[in-house]
Amino acid sequence: MPRGSVWVAGLATPVLMAMLLVPARSSITANTEQSAAATAEVTIDNFSFRPQTLTVAVGTTVTWTNRDDIPHTVVSDDAVFKSKARDTNEKFSYTFDKAGTYPYHCSLHPKMTGQVVVH
Amino acid sequence: MPDKNEDALGHQLNDVHDDGIDRRGFLKCMAWAGTGLIWTVSGGIPVSRAFASSMPRRAGTGGDFSFVQISDSHMGFNKPANPDVAATLEAAVHKINGLARQPEFLLHTGDISHLSRPEEFDNVDQILKGLGGKHVFFVPGEHDVLDDDGKSYLERYGKSAKGSGWYSFDQRGVHFIGLVNVMNLKAGGLGSLGQEQLKWMGDDVKSLSSSTPIVVFAHIPLWSVYPEWGWGTDDSAQALANLKKFGSVTVLNGHIHQTMQKVEGNVTFHTAMSTAFPQPKPGTADSPGPLKVPSEQLRSVLGITDVRYVQGHHSLAIVDSTLE
Repeated sequence: MPRGSVWVAGLATPVLMAMLLVPARSSITANTEQSAAATAEVTIDNFSFRPQTLTVAVGTTVTWTNRDDIPHTVVSDDAVFKSKARDTNEKFSYTFDKAGTYPYHCSLHPKMTGQVVVH
Repeated sequence: MPDKNEDALGHQLNDVHDDGIDRRGFLKCMAWAGTGLIWTVSGGIPVSRAFASSMPRRAGTGGDFSFVQISDSHMGFNKPANPDVAATLEAAVHKINGLARQPEFLLHTGDISHLSRPEEFDNVDQILKGLGGKHVFFVPGEHDVLDDDGKSYLERYGKSAKGSGWYSFDQRGVHFIGLVNVMNLKAGGLGSLGQEQLKWMGDDVKSLSSSTPIVVFAHIPLWSVYPEWGWGTDDSAQALANLKKFGSVTVLNGHIHQTMQKVEGNVTFHTAMSTAFPQPKPGTADSPGPLKVPSEQLRSVLGITDVRYVQGHHSLAIVDSTLE
């Protein structure tokens, strides 16, 4: 892999990099479901989580990105996950390994609520 | 003035006359003072009058004093709404130092820092040294207790405080209570005081005479300003129930970066401007995020709050002044 990475990084065009990186990642997780490497995004904007309800498959890594001028947090109501304060453009990620509904809020502005539904 | 209101209003009207300000003088002073406006509250009835630094001092005012509230300095904030919050805090200090009647101390109602970083608190402490040694009493805002449950805030500002930073003190017969309503906030909820603090507060005021003027200060408003934006405190009614017997209660808050006032019985609620950036009026924007105004207007929406106590009148006069 290190050798391959260097080689890929040496290629000039992003298109080629993308084409080559996707198979490389698949080879790392050779015998797992493709969804295991799935990702999803939540944007924090105007003091709200968007989408407010996110539905994903088990194994998905969800990344929250704060687009506000004010810091926010992402805190599970049931103490499953808890971010530090995320300032503008800072991110927080969590991988959901179990099915279920995960309500969360911003601990600084608790009117901000959202949930991740994992199945 | 109608005779039937004499009992209720006569006292305040006398106050106005004592200060030598009739209606014409009032308007004149208003033009002079710009945004300066005093709300004198006695027996729950507010009377506004002009604020002017030339207001004559009363004879025998040995117990009179004033203090200044500043709020939401957000040291560390550097976004377009105010790229230099240190400069505007310095302007606030300059404004305070220029007050004709010098405050005996200051209250800072939270969001001292933007991100609870030591260098942000250091910077504020350094700038406030420009007040010439005046003591500053703090309560935390949610920005001061990020990530460590308020531990570093308490180490710096709350060594002699109870719980998460609440305390009380007396100044010339006025009882001040600093409350913390930014900790352990629940999903979907508002600011929160919690049972431990409410019980402490009840015990704290138990032995006080009902004629003792009370000043409560906390970060998030202790009245329902705009719950949709979280501008209120879930258990504030219990806090106010603790103060029912008192004839003069003044509640000073920050958090919403604009002045607002409400009078309910013997309680006057007042919020202060920020020294850092303004926020929109309730419901006038998609969110309560920082409001960007043209840079030349910024100091007209930032400010300080000067509060004056006149002994024997149980009245507190609240004056908001912008940084212009």
